[in-house]
Amino acid sequence: MKFVDEFRDADTAHALSAKIAALCAPGRQYKLMEVCGGHTHTIYKHGLEDYLPESITLVHGPGCPVCVIPMGRVDDAMALASEPDVILTSFGDMMRVPGSKGSFFDAKAAGTDIRMVYSPLDSLKIARNNPDKRVVFMAIGFETTAPSTAMTIMRAAAEGLGNFSVFCNHVTIIPAIKAILDSPDLRLDGFIGPGHVSTVIGCRPYEFIAREYGKPVVTAGFEPLDILQSIYMLMLQLSEGRSEVENQYSRVVPWDGNPTALKVIGETMELRPYFEWRGLGFISHSALSVREKYAQFDAELLFDVPGVRVADPKACQCGEVLKGVLKPWECKVFGTACTPETPIGTCMVSPEGACAAYYNFGRMNRHRVKEAVTIEVGRP
Amino acid sequence: MTEAGWVEQALREHDEHHAHDTAAGRDQVADREQREQQVLDRIDRARRRRPRVREERITMSHGAGGKATATLIEAVFLDAFRNPQLEPLEDAASLTVGSARVALTTDSYVVSPLFFPGGDIGELAINGTVNDLAVSGATPLYLSAGFILEEGFPVADLTRIAESMRAAAAAAGIQVVTGDTKVVQRGNADGCYINTAGVGLLDRDVPLGVAHAQPGDAIIVSGPIGDHGITIMLARGELDIEADVQSDTAPLNGMVAGLLDAVPGVRAMRDATRGGVATILNEIAKSADVGVLVNEDDIPVRPEVRGAAELLGIDPMYVACEGRLVAVVAGDQADQALAALRTHPLGAQASLIGHVTDGPPGIVHLKTAFGGTRIVDLLVGDPLPRIC
Repeated sequence: MKFVDEFRDADTAHALSAKIAALCAPGRQYKLMEVCGGHTHTIYKHGLEDYLPESITLVHGPGCPVCVIPMGRVDDAMALASEPDVILTSFGDMMRVPGSKGSFFDAKAAGTDIRMVYSPLDSLKIARNNPDKRVVFMAIGFETTAPSTAMTIMRAAAEGLGNFSVFCNHVTIIPAIKAILDSPDLRLDGFIGPGHVSTVIGCRPYEFIAREYGKPVVTAGFEPLDILQSIYMLMLQLSEGRSEVENQYSRVVPWDGNPTALKVIGETMELRPYFEWRGLGFISHSALSVREKYAQFDAELLFDVPGVRVADPKACQCGEVLKGVLKPWECKVFGTACTPETPIGTCMVSPEGACAAYYNFGRMNRHRVKEAVTIEVGRP
Repeated sequence: MTEAGWVEQALREHDEHHAHDTAAGRDQVADREQREQQVLDRIDRARRRRPRVREERITMSHGAGGKATATLIEAVFLDAFRNPQLEPLEDAASLTVGSARVALTTDSYVVSPLFFPGGDIGELAINGTVNDLAVSGATPLYLSAGFILEEGFPVADLTRIAESMRAAAAAAGIQVVTGDTKVVQRGNADGCYINTAGVGLLDRDVPLGVAHAQPGDAIIVSGPIGDHGITIMLARGELDIEADVQSDTAPLNGMVAGLLDAVPGVRAMRDATRGGVATILNEIAKSADVGVLVNEDDIPVRPEVRGAAELLGIDPMYVACEGRLVAVVAGDQADQALAALRTHPLGAQASLIGHVTDGPPGIVHLKTAFGGTRIVDLLVGDPLPRIC
């Protein structure tokens, strides 16, 4: 397939793999964090770790929008959905996220009207077609999806749509990265910077990571070769003793981001003083709420949202996984009590969650499989 | 569901098993790689435990053909009806009636929309049941057809559906010999649902079944995968994607007969409907307690289907087909099987996609086009409800 196969070429991957291996200092271990859940998914889906020398460990970061939603917010959304005449809309990823009383799927089976949409604009369509209902869109995601929520709010305002509102859970990536950098239990050598988020915010916001923390950052695309190349760029910086922000994904990411997208976010949303992240706790100025100017579209003002904080189940170690302190399989309940069909933690839900990606794609002994594959693929 | 009750229960069970493992000396901490292997072993044991339905109500995932469906069937239906004919959970049951051996199968059709590029619910209802019989090694003979109609459903649409069923039956060389009609009040069904059941004659003396797969066997698909599922998804018009794809719905009995005539070493066949090829590969690995290794490069997928699946973030391996089969054949007869399939128009693009291995039992590995390896597990969740 054009524009895809070029970024999945095995020969190029082999060449890059050799160059990466050559940059590894003997005896040194490298820990690189891919911030974005989309990268985690690509890494596992394509078996990218097979190309990396053993001295490089990829650490999965907090950039999975579904994974960072705390249980209390899921409960809040379900409380909204059970109000009379409410249709709650959300992205498919949210449907199986467990709250303290089950998931949206369970709530749907029990009779509440929860619908999956592919775009927030689809929620407007539902609102227009159901004038006697109140449609609430559960907005989630980083700066990547915030502009489309912003556009939807502005469109609703322009149309004077009275039965639509947003339950805003948008979060921002920089405070989360900062929380990880300040976390005492993690030593990282560099960051594979998020791709889609950067199409909106650009590369400039990462400069403090290189400058103040001395860690290289390479913004990367989502095809396997993009990631492999960004690992090469990180290793090159490390071998030359540099720490800079570089842009591997320049075909999509402008250095200064997308001013139009930033403008619509600023028009409709403002930073919350603080927001709870699953596993990471409360982080200041890390999330967005609907601006007062658009208060009539803010579900948190229109409805009585319980806002009760729900503690994660004690055995759930999503926090450590999100911070990259634990590999998914190192969590106590991974794969036994917590599986994709009965997720206890959010990391097991979304295809971008580190645990789900590892469980679905990577649950194997790499050494043993490598040998088996070499033999099998060679047979006639 | 009580307040996070299932979490506590899952954790309690986990602790019990964990204590058991520790007592058995399985959890002695060693180096990292060994620890990871221990976790994988523990997961493997957890996966072999008896499935239980945790939900209090049926959710859409129970109908998606993935893990939840398998759990529901094993925990509810198999438990209630358990008998040697049902237990293999093959596409059709093998029965002895008098001196004849026959295959019996049934399937319900709730596809939405009812009419889609390349076919409609009627054609699907005939081909689906014919194919379940064919891949069981039977010669399909007679079908029943039951209709559940919603008040207000246009008679013209029903006539059109019946006409395409007639044509499909003629193409497959079978007859619809009995039927039933029920009408429910408006709102209690969505237009038209169809159930068909079929009997076929098991006139060949070849024991077929995924449990017969052995290391070294070849795994073959009969053509490009995912056409039907992607067609239905796009036909709903919710995605604003247009692509030149149509359903692959077709009767496979002719092609299957050709394959069985030419190749004595056919061990199993499955038609890749709900859950796609990935689900069948998992059924092979699980039933025969073997490993499966497939090459992504060798799995035929039309560019249009790949493009649409890529955009939607769906893996074509999980997308339904309605006219494709997966065959397991003795490794040394793979070329014969490919040749036999390719002589039939429906099998022109048949491809050898991988092998049965003595690798980790119950696990399907994929060598990705990119050159890495990964697991292909049963699908969880529901990317696409009501495709058939």
